[in-house]
Amino acid sequence: MGKENLFNKVWKLHSVRELPSGQTQLFIGLHLIHEVTSPQAFQMLRERKLKVACPKNTFATIDHIMPTDDVSRPLKDPLAEQMFSALEKNTKEFDIPLFDYKTKKQGIVHIIGPELGLTQPGMTIACGDSHTSTHGAFGNIALGIGTSQIRDVLATQCLAMAKPKVRRINVNGKLGKGVYAKDVILKIIQILGVKGGIGYAYEYGGKVLDNMSMEERMSVCNMSIEGGARAGYINPDQTTFDYIEGREFAPKGEEFDKAVKWWKSLAGNNAKYDNVVEIDGSKIEPIVTWGINPGQSVGITEKFPKPEDLPEEQRQTAMEAYDHTGFEPNAPVAGTKIDVAFIGSCTNSRITDLREAAKIADGRKVAKNVRALVVPGSQQVKAAAEKEGLDKIFIKASFEWRNAGCSMCLAMNPDKLQGREVCASSSNRNFKGRQGSPSGRTILMSPAMVAAAAIEGKLADVRDYL
Amino acid sequence: MELKIKSVKGRGIPLPGDDIDTDRIIPARYLKEITFEDMGKYAFYDERFDAKGNKKKHPFNDEKYFGAEILVVGRNFGCGSSREHAPQSLMRFGIKAIIGESFAEIFEGNCTTLGIPTVIAQRADIENLMSVIRDDPAFEIRIDLEDNIISYGDFSFPIKQKESSRIVLTQGRWDSLSELMEAKEKVNEIAKKLSYLNDFKK
Repeated sequence: MGKENLFNKVWKLHSVRELPSGQTQLFIGLHLIHEVTSPQAFQMLRERKLKVACPKNTFATIDHIMPTDDVSRPLKDPLAEQMFSALEKNTKEFDIPLFDYKTKKQGIVHIIGPELGLTQPGMTIACGDSHTSTHGAFGNIALGIGTSQIRDVLATQCLAMAKPKVRRINVNGKLGKGVYAKDVILKIIQILGVKGGIGYAYEYGGKVLDNMSMEERMSVCNMSIEGGARAGYINPDQTTFDYIEGREFAPKGEEFDKAVKWWKSLAGNNAKYDNVVEIDGSKIEPIVTWGINPGQSVGITEKFPKPEDLPEEQRQTAMEAYDHTGFEPNAPVAGTKIDVAFIGSCTNSRITDLREAAKIADGRKVAKNVRALVVPGSQQVKAAAEKEGLDKIFIKASFEWRNAGCSMCLAMNPDKLQGREVCASSSNRNFKGRQGSPSGRTILMSPAMVAAAAIEGKLADVRDYL
Repeated sequence: MELKIKSVKGRGIPLPGDDIDTDRIIPARYLKEITFEDMGKYAFYDERFDAKGNKKKHPFNDEKYFGAEILVVGRNFGCGSSREHAPQSLMRFGIKAIIGESFAEIFEGNCTTLGIPTVIAQRADIENLMSVIRDDPAFEIRIDLEDNIISYGDFSFPIKQKESSRIVLTQGRWDSLSELMEAKEKVNEIAKKLSYLNDFKK
């Protein structure tokens, strides 16, 4: 014990200076941008007659507004087309590479960063999206930022930010059958709360995380923000290096060996932390949310909680949740009817997610009256899935097989809930109105659990299918 | 605009409830604009209007709070997305400061960059303040960022604020860009030292 943790080491390496406010001027090594939060930032640059400081360290894609059916230009929604054109114009004017549909590398920004090998250990990464924490799975500092901060990074390659504390979260033991990375992060949020991480970066570790693939680790880090933590990360190890090797933007040959040496020098479990939390992974069961924030969750074998049984400070939000959902306190959660099943989002739309869901869908049929969508996270994920024949499994089971994008996670494209529909969703937020209908209801769970719910037409225990 | 924000005075608008997220402050479908100009119209849209566009009961629709500049909220306000559209919509609606029990971190930072103080108070003080505003919406509230105190009429209570935010607001340094631009040399030095930008490149 007593060594510096990775977060503090990387922070120090990127610290330009202390600002009069006590914040740090932090150098950003990789800046990822997308169409929703960047146009206003480019406009601010133009107004101040500034250039992009490091266009070579900046990459763009289009994800939030992408339709997942007809992707031909001009996009049918004129507002979406306007955003697409603005991104094209801005990236061209400021000389920033854009991974759009034509490149076959388009996808959700947090899927394509790692997939292209842009995301690496030891970096500082910023993106105008709160799920930027996903990239932390590689052992770096990855921060979601607002539009004025995008302007700052574009113009100076720096951010003004106070250093958070670091909390180590150990998940030990062995996950049971049918329990996935999604259940692990939902459990962490259930235990520590949706604001438990405010002022912290979360370092995840322990046997459960050690045994996870990079895709699974990304699902965990992705939802750090749902627990209030702006950043989440995992120390890099052989699993990390193996994932990166050979990817388009990864260092090659001798340079790769040099890189691994440096990455290893940053890694260190059992370092010094501001606080440590222990969770027994063997006790986690498949989890579903029941309310209007991701901390409101229970195991699939449990009942909808009674507000009076919850801690006092959670009751008001619980009552508000029941007002919105209309679910019955004390009724079993399994068996809750659903109308829509959504497999996708930056949390769970990678190839391994699709494989797990396909295992459940294989040879089965989506229940009548359920609309089920599979939206791969990127064009490359889609191509890989099709190579394995996953598309055929889903289509045969009556899932719709779509093109890449954020889709029904936040419904900025045409994929939306209608009216009071209930959606079993592999996404990350169950906020009121999140999936496009103000009265729509979202139940978060793992992709395999979504597949099981799609088949039964109601919430089901995926373990019965394995 | 006055850069140094040492205090904010104005009438209050109470918005009770905890964990009010950015999707509620501004639903995602209203993010489809390439400027922030019209964001004020969409603040709390789904809570203010039904599917047909009819007004629902909501403090932002309540005439007695029209022109109020200080928003009073509960715990973990602004959780969720990093979208600056959320504070932009509140600012363009007319909000100049927010008093709450706690704030989500990215939201708090976004507010500060726009010159909107987010100050933290005890739940009991907030509940009192909300009920006073409901009884008399014309009451003037004063947030003093230098002395960390809120006063209204004969009452006052202590507040907290993230220290770095308090400093940048009271010293007029909340436009982070000007400050970040001052250290170009040092930025270059750091860039030259980072292994991944020099020793092994993509």
